[in-house]
Amino acid sequence: MTEIFGIPLPALLGQLLLGLVNGSFYAMLSLGLAVIFGMLNIINFAHGALYMMGAFFAWMGLEYLGLNYWFMLGLAPLAVGLIGIVIERTMLQWLYKLDHLYGLLLTFGITLVIEGVFRSVYGVSGQPYQVPDQLAGATNLGFMILPNYRGWVVVASLVVCFAVWALIEKTSLGAKLRAGTENPKLVQAFGINVPRMVTLTYAGGVALAAFAGVLAAPILQVSALMGSNLIIVVFAVVVIGGMGSILGSILTGLGLGIVEGLTKVFYPEASNTVVFVVMAIVLLVRPAGLFGKEK
Amino acid sequence: MKAIRTTLTAAVLAACGVSAQAQISGDVIKIGFLTDMSSVYADIDGAGGVEAIKMAIADMKGNVAGKKIEFIFADHQNKADVASAKAREWMDTQGLDLLVGGTNSGANLAMATVAAEKKKPFISIGAGSSALTNANCTPYTIHYAYDTVALANGTGGAVTKGGGKSWYFLTADYAFGAALQADTTAVVQKNGGTVKGSVKHPLNASDFSSFLLQAQSSGAQILGLANAGGDTINSVKAANEFGITKTMKLAGLLMFINDIHSLGLKTTEGMYLTDSWYWNQSPEARAWARRFFEKMKRMPSSLQAADYSAVTHYLKAVEAAKTDDADKVVAQMKATPINDFYTKGTIRKEDGRGIHDMFLLQVKSQKESTEPWDYFKVVTRIPGEEAYTKLADSKCPLVKK
Repeated sequence: MTEIFGIPLPALLGQLLLGLVNGSFYAMLSLGLAVIFGMLNIINFAHGALYMMGAFFAWMGLEYLGLNYWFMLGLAPLAVGLIGIVIERTMLQWLYKLDHLYGLLLTFGITLVIEGVFRSVYGVSGQPYQVPDQLAGATNLGFMILPNYRGWVVVASLVVCFAVWALIEKTSLGAKLRAGTENPKLVQAFGINVPRMVTLTYAGGVALAAFAGVLAAPILQVSALMGSNLIIVVFAVVVIGGMGSILGSILTGLGLGIVEGLTKVFYPEASNTVVFVVMAIVLLVRPAGLFGKEK
Repeated sequence: MKAIRTTLTAAVLAACGVSAQAQISGDVIKIGFLTDMSSVYADIDGAGGVEAIKMAIADMKGNVAGKKIEFIFADHQNKADVASAKAREWMDTQGLDLLVGGTNSGANLAMATVAAEKKKPFISIGAGSSALTNANCTPYTIHYAYDTVALANGTGGAVTKGGGKSWYFLTADYAFGAALQADTTAVVQKNGGTVKGSVKHPLNASDFSSFLLQAQSSGAQILGLANAGGDTINSVKAANEFGITKTMKLAGLLMFINDIHSLGLKTTEGMYLTDSWYWNQSPEARAWARRFFEKMKRMPSSLQAADYSAVTHYLKAVEAAKTDDADKVVAQMKATPINDFYTKGTIRKEDGRGIHDMFLLQVKSQKESTEPWDYFKVVTRIPGEEAYTKLADSKCPLVKK
């Protein structure tokens, strides 16, 4: 059997694929963060909490309303998007002119509140959420047995990520968005409602987080802590990719998932740290991040 | 000058008065509880543990030896430095009389060191590491509820004897995980089994699939989960998802009823685990568990029951010794057998190890479960003398050989 560094090739391929699954979550979450940072100049620390909320909404939908996974996959992001609109209109909009630190602190506070509420109501052990029937079971790929659901996660997140990228980079709506961030006054003079655009951008960004949350619900236990376990890594991904770079955050997310997957084979103890090692190296060599532009 | 002398005399007299009449320092018994209140272990102990201790104090009518009982608690956030700093602060500035350690072995080992330095009794409940009463034992540490040796003897011994001869470990990368793996390995090998390997994962890892695939390729029959809390839950969940449960049997080396509750019986049916207490084990246990349920809306874990039992045992020792002097109270606690709804046992004089029966439990199927929280069948009762480290094998410097 072919071996690479003492690891059989099939095993290595399996680990790469699993890394890709985790990478899809990183990509989706960091994409939302990058969009929000790019358009609003806000470092949205509440992203992890809103991702957790998405997963919880999926669970609640099934538990209290009998709505299945597929309903909630659409409904939960909508609901979280609405909450995002409320957050943006009532709190965030006053902070755009201030230093980044204020936005970070405010959203950090929002995180503590949201997590605290869910923790005190539902505890930390979490709620079970079953894989939907249509995606139950596993497929033998030859080198590994992949649960169908994980395959679905990769496909769904890639489609969503690139759709968002295309929306922002390739459509006239995206062009207006980008123009709005460059020079809001001028764009407003053309009769475009910039504040509303900004609000919707924030809603869209957090809806992405909620979408990732629903995708994660059947894989992870739905618990109040699931967001905070992930968010720091996702921030590292955004920093490595370059703040505000859309494509950068997608590619970096996927790439780091794979790097992490490999670390789990060669030196598992470091798998939580490797992302930060990469971050330190990237910041030393390219302070603006891999895909970021120096301003 | 005269005024100063009078004041001094008065102060000296007052001081004498205090020491002569009441041996309770500061005229209050102060109990401090440090546990994980907000993270992975918060459900098995946390706020429920606080409630259990409050119940113990309320059942003593808030008084012992004619003095008021005060209770303080804090979240150590699973950080050893936070735990030791808080313990030190309480002992230095708050006149703490008893420190109760909740979950997390690293934090508990740090607290034990501080308590020994300050000569205050320390009861460790939620921590698993057997080092607390072995290599790192102190005259002031009492390890009350369970340890990794007892868990290993329970689950490791029973599963290996039942035919599960080859093992692979999925181990949380910190003091507790390492201890649990080492202790279970010893038991497995003693019973004629082999260990094919292990993989260490960071605490609070979110995705276990990669580690599980490594475990599966080892070809071992049994996957020993040497982790706890959310890590165990996510491991079991991913093992089901990847079909690993078809080729390997899972043995949860430290699982609590809350973990089973959270995963559901469908996912956990048939799993073995070892615990010191189960709410449905006796009428007394049921009665107390009902009281707890009224307050917390969930059944107590063994740790929460032990929190109640340990604090009650301490308060009764203070009552009997009529003092809160650490050496005297610890001696009294070790001299008095424990006999309550939690357990019937003793605290070993030499090393402070609580010795009592443990239970090998098996998770019921959905059909067998007749009421909410009815999750376990008691497979065997493991006598305390067999479950815990024997004095002859102890590396505790206090044990004279």
